[in-house]
Amino acid sequence: MSSPAPLHPRPGRGALVRGKPVALAAAGLLALTACGGSDGGSGSDGGPVTLRMTIWTGNEEHLKLLNGIAADYRKQNPEVKEIKFDTLPVESYTTALTTQIAGGKAPDLAWIFENSAPDFVASGALAEIEDDEDVLPAAKKLWQHEGKLYAYPFSTSPFGVFANTDMLKEAGQPTPAEMIEQGKWTWDEVAKVGGAVRDETGEAGMVIRDFDYKMWDNLATVWDGWGAEPWSEDGGTCAFDEPEMTEAMTYLHDAVFGAEAMPAPGTTADFFAGEAAMTVTQISRASLLDDSFGWDFVPLPEGPAGSYDVVGQAGLGVLGNGDNVEEAVDFLAFMTNEKNSAALGRYFPQARSSQLDADTLAKSNPQLKPAQLEEVVIGGIENGKVKPTHTNQAELFDAVRAALDPLWKPDADVAKTLQDVCSAIQPQLEK
Amino acid sequence: MATLERAPAKAAGPRPRGDGPRRPFWTARRRETLAGYLFIAPQLLGSVLFVLIPLGLVFWYSFHEWNVLAGSFHGVGADNYRALADDPKLPGVLRATAFFSVGLVVLNLSLALALAVLLNQKLRGSIVFRTLFFSPVVVSLVAWTIVWGFLLQKNGGINAGLDLVGVEGPNWLRGETSSMISVIVVQVFKNVGLNMVLFLAALQGVPRELYEAATVDGAGRWRQFVRITVPLISPTILLTSIITVVGSLQVFAQIAVLTQGGPGNSTTVLVYYLYQQAFEFHHFGYGATLSVLLFLIVLVLTVVQWQMRKKWVFHES
Repeated sequence: MSSPAPLHPRPGRGALVRGKPVALAAAGLLALTACGGSDGGSGSDGGPVTLRMTIWTGNEEHLKLLNGIAADYRKQNPEVKEIKFDTLPVESYTTALTTQIAGGKAPDLAWIFENSAPDFVASGALAEIEDDEDVLPAAKKLWQHEGKLYAYPFSTSPFGVFANTDMLKEAGQPTPAEMIEQGKWTWDEVAKVGGAVRDETGEAGMVIRDFDYKMWDNLATVWDGWGAEPWSEDGGTCAFDEPEMTEAMTYLHDAVFGAEAMPAPGTTADFFAGEAAMTVTQISRASLLDDSFGWDFVPLPEGPAGSYDVVGQAGLGVLGNGDNVEEAVDFLAFMTNEKNSAALGRYFPQARSSQLDADTLAKSNPQLKPAQLEEVVIGGIENGKVKPTHTNQAELFDAVRAALDPLWKPDADVAKTLQDVCSAIQPQLEK
Repeated sequence: MATLERAPAKAAGPRPRGDGPRRPFWTARRRETLAGYLFIAPQLLGSVLFVLIPLGLVFWYSFHEWNVLAGSFHGVGADNYRALADDPKLPGVLRATAFFSVGLVVLNLSLALALAVLLNQKLRGSIVFRTLFFSPVVVSLVAWTIVWGFLLQKNGGINAGLDLVGVEGPNWLRGETSSMISVIVVQVFKNVGLNMVLFLAALQGVPRELYEAATVDGAGRWRQFVRITVPLISPTILLTSIITVVGSLQVFAQIAVLTQGGPGNSTTVLVYYLYQQAFEFHHFGYGATLSVLLFLIVLVLTVVQWQMRKKWVFHES
């Protein structure tokens, strides 16, 4: 830029200087317009179809199974060129999915967490799918709206307790199996045993996995034992201040800060890394176990309201606004047919009456004994209550999380905190 | 640029009509103008596409309700702005934002200046320390924050260190005040090196003679610092304070990684809150309204700082 341009450049050089920037600019514009083009799928005009499905597992075995099913489907349906499985990080899965939808890049199919089920199902975001009589009605309830099914419950996974029997023995404590035999498998006993483990070994006694003083809906695996509910069945009235919930939360508070049976806020303890004696989690986590310690898997302990089952669910739906809805619905039906769902059941427990026997389940869950499967899995899937859900869940869950925070201090006033939770969320429940 | 384009025509005088030789369209001036535009085109295009259009869209969205799941988008007039005025959570969010910004700006600028003054002395190893304090600036923000998250756990490294000297550390990320202080300190350590380098450069531009003259006049070191150093580096103080204030209002990743706005809502600052509203609660219209609020706050603060410079920045009065 330092020397001024010659007034009369030679024609040849001028042509070169003129030509290049214009061509570059044109190429740039072309590239930009190309970015805004379609993302591949074009089912309605009969061309080859690409299906994309968002999932939250990145596990190689899971992906191998899913890709295998997809390959079988493509053999039968050559018009489907490709079926892609897109793994989104589990912690921000729903946010990432809705951001894709907002950006006009919605996947054709998506896994959906149970806590966002009411929002997805009621909003009209999902296309109606074929109902399957073999799937248990209780498992379908969350995914139905006005009598129509909007997602297939591809995983109905019961909660149970994994126990590190080596650590319990080291602490001189009974194992859950022994406690069950003696009729002492209750939350009160768990607090005593957990506290003793902490005293004897310095490790954590009982961990409610994934709770971490934030994901409070996992506490349903405890408070269901008191018959407590976060809100009324119709979702309109807060029930955090009911006596059952107050008792259950008092128990939890005492177990954390009194008996020190559960790790306090800000401390981490991973059962599967050998840092805790017991953990409440889903059967699907059995894959995290290795042979580094002896373990057992048992049903949830009894609470004052007796025995109970809790399940975590995930659905598989077709996004209604896509280009390939018809193909996606068809692929979903194929993926969850009797043969494929039996294969899926290896990792994702299927709520199908035809597959709900210990023998079938044993084939897909080699790590668990038939008795464990019978007690926890079959009972859980048949009778289990799904973790709490509500429309507008993200905002509601955050409001509860924030209002519950004062509870997780040693000198907390449990009853008052729970009343505050209700004052904080009641306006949202009434919306 | 318009004058540039007209210039050749004037220079050539009135063009003879009819059969005179036609001047080529691409005169040197025109080509130069085009080249100039093409040079700034990538930046201009980027600014328009990724700054101006989104900015305009944010204002547009703030007058709409956009339900992503239902696929509905409709105008709601000023409803989102009325909701802003009635939002019971907003005062707490603004308090947390102010707490964070004031804490960060005060701590960051004073620490950066103190470090710069120390490292400006001709001491052994000062280059090592400069590198040491600057290195967090180039570390990935998320990686930095995750490591601090482990250190700040109840049974983490910081409390283990305190334990060695017989002090029982608090549960840093679970207390309402301690969590905010933790987030501020993590951010200060991350970025203090940048301001430190800017201050160092400014300090090295202060003429030595002024200090010598002041020493002859009997001024002590503190008096020299206040009367000579601070006024002469005041343009840099203005620059760093504007950058730090604006940056402090945009804090997000540290909150998302360390506290997720908790405990309670004690660390829910404005950007985190608008992220929650838009991307977690799916209230994109209201999220856009909060962005407009943030935009106005940053604008007002920057204008105020810019106006105030006349009062205290050297060479500006």
